[in-house]
Amino acid sequence: MMRRAVLLYLGLFVLVLAVGLVMGAPFTVRLLVEAMAYALIALGLNIQWGYGGLFNFGVMGFIMIGGFAVTSMSMPLNMSFWQSDGPLMLGKVALAGLFGAGLVLGANRLERIGAGPRLKRTAQVLAWIVAYIVYRSQIDPAAAYIEKQAGWVGGLGLPVFVGWIFGGLLAAYVAFIVGRISLGLRTDYLAIATIGISEIIRALIKNMDWLTRGTLTVSPVPWPVPLPQAYQAWGVENSTSFVYARAGYLALIALVVVAALFLVQRAYSGPWGRMMRSIRDNHIAAEAMGKNVKARQLEIFIFGSVLIGIGGALMTSFAQIFDPGGYQPINHTFIVWVMVIVGGAGNNFGALFGGMFIYVVWVLSEPVSQALFHVLSQWTLAFGWGAIPDIESRSLQMRVFVLGLVITLALRFAPRGLIPEVIRRHS
Amino acid sequence: MNEFIFFINNVLISGLILGSIYALGAIGVTLIFGILRFAHFAHGDMMTMGAFIAFLLALGASALGIHGPLPNGFLVLPLAMVITAGVALGIDRAFYAPLRARGAKPVTLLIASIGVTLMIQGLIRLFFGVGTRSFFESEPKHLIRIPVPLDGVTRTINFTEPQVLMLIVTVIAVLVLHLFLTRSRLGKAMRAMADNPDLAQLSGINTALVVRVTWIIAGALASMAGTMLALDVTLKPDLAFNIVLPIFAAAIVGGLGQSYGAIAGGFLVGFAETMAVFNWAVLLRPFKSVLPDWIPNDLSIVPTEYKLTVAFVILVIVLLVRPTGIFKGAST
Repeated sequence: MMRRAVLLYLGLFVLVLAVGLVMGAPFTVRLLVEAMAYALIALGLNIQWGYGGLFNFGVMGFIMIGGFAVTSMSMPLNMSFWQSDGPLMLGKVALAGLFGAGLVLGANRLERIGAGPRLKRTAQVLAWIVAYIVYRSQIDPAAAYIEKQAGWVGGLGLPVFVGWIFGGLLAAYVAFIVGRISLGLRTDYLAIATIGISEIIRALIKNMDWLTRGTLTVSPVPWPVPLPQAYQAWGVENSTSFVYARAGYLALIALVVVAALFLVQRAYSGPWGRMMRSIRDNHIAAEAMGKNVKARQLEIFIFGSVLIGIGGALMTSFAQIFDPGGYQPINHTFIVWVMVIVGGAGNNFGALFGGMFIYVVWVLSEPVSQALFHVLSQWTLAFGWGAIPDIESRSLQMRVFVLGLVITLALRFAPRGLIPEVIRRHS
Repeated sequence: MNEFIFFINNVLISGLILGSIYALGAIGVTLIFGILRFAHFAHGDMMTMGAFIAFLLALGASALGIHGPLPNGFLVLPLAMVITAGVALGIDRAFYAPLRARGAKPVTLLIASIGVTLMIQGLIRLFFGVGTRSFFESEPKHLIRIPVPLDGVTRTINFTEPQVLMLIVTVIAVLVLHLFLTRSRLGKAMRAMADNPDLAQLSGINTALVVRVTWIIAGALASMAGTMLALDVTLKPDLAFNIVLPIFAAAIVGGLGQSYGAIAGGFLVGFAETMAVFNWAVLLRPFKSVLPDWIPNDLSIVPTEYKLTVAFVILVIVLLVRPTGIFKGAST
């Protein structure tokens, strides 16, 4: 098994080298940075699905949360917002939110003062309705005012690292709420629930223009390392400056990935990882052994989401643009699942390999399928059927088909992945 | 009164239309869940595929010069349903049956169905492009306006011919399915298998046949729902992928595995969506002179761009309050 993993990683290395020779160094370094970000996300999903057997089909939502977090932390302050009445109005919104939360929490605890279940249920419904109305009465004018006066609230001007950490924390917080609601559900309900939640997150981030600028997009999101422009100012030649700057980012992201890999690998082989696998394989037996299954599953859901959130943050700050319209379930949820399944669920090195390999193949498949379609088009021309129309957009769709085919084939013929989980037997 | 007619058009009629689509989709989802015990995520794209098959057939019919009293897309529906049912059987044979034979968990089948979703989407976009098409390029779409015989009413109750057809077709489909499930031998076998697969097999029920019939019904219903939806709005590659979540919400709200629950859930979700985005201030407009000024002009419960979240909020509430759905659903 070890030899197979080493061979696969060597193959990936050779593939990247070949890409570098054909496409040039700036492209390849960019490809590697993005592949590393996806590898981190795949590691996060591997914790949830591979260790814990949890069904998170809302990867896209957590990636978006990471991207939003790093944008709002690291973008410079928007003075026209801070000098307007916006902060005051947002303060009122926060108060309204606190009031609503207090109301709902109070209604949830109503049985302590001797209220019956029916009264409690009625009070809960009323509390939610009142809280919603109070909140809406404050947020709607505030949002309209901010959008008109300042465009959006802007960032906080903090270092990029803070944004990355905040991306993880925010993802953890959302995962906590999502997990509390849906982790008690059966696996297939959980899948539907997480898909729905990621769609809600997308709808919110896309439409809350006052907070995220929505489809107007935010750019340029700052970098933690010198930009190509900085190198150019220091007299470095144009194409080389891109390589230097991206290599700097690559070093940073590689550091994050290696640190994450070290930590999750330690956790996997420790007692904590053993407990998680026992819950995954037989949660009834684990519960009988005295493990708090629900709390543990919530824990692992949060840990995985932290990695996904950080990965999303790394991606956004590298791209220098936060575009909520650019997030698609295919590119940000399903492809991560393909990475984990093909790489090997339950094996961190497998997930890492799957993340990088599938991303490289996904990016390369665009020019390859275009070339293929051009060749086919030559043939149809030669047969007198005419050329294939819209080759560019059609060949992109071919990739979606191949992605689906890879999922189904992998499930059928290699359900444990290229680098499968090592099952140790203690005799 | 004009405001009330506006309410009828925007809430009652569109809720009814949306509800029928969700109900037709949710019946398929719930049938597959009841028999095969997995959430078939590709159902939305089976609907889109059925609509595209009907579109091709309608094009062919137009080319042959066939023009009936009803839209061509509707006339070819039975044939499209047969073809889609065949494709559904093929998909099962190629992708799900081998996994079932291996004894894979329902979760694995769900992931496989997402793979199938991507494959169908890729193929549809590969052949038809990403643009929007219409069934009514060569023939008119009849609009029906019913004037209300009351003084001072200028608005009319509006709906289109495809919408009437959709309601009729939904009612017929539900009735036929009901008769099939309660009267025929095969239908009873299906219900037995949904109830308890092992016991059904022990009683001599041919479970392989039941599985095939399930796919045939699900494929035919998906084709019907997709085509009727495409006739009502337009045909595009993400036609049904966008509504697969409300459909699942409807199926779960109704109780997975419960056909009647799916119908109820479909209409519940459909009406909830249209009522949530309706601006209730419109209904208050006639009384504007007597009402205080502070009532805002926009009283919709959620902004239109969050329409999708409505189905989901209903789903979450149902899962928390009554996890088996309104009608007691099957469990695994």
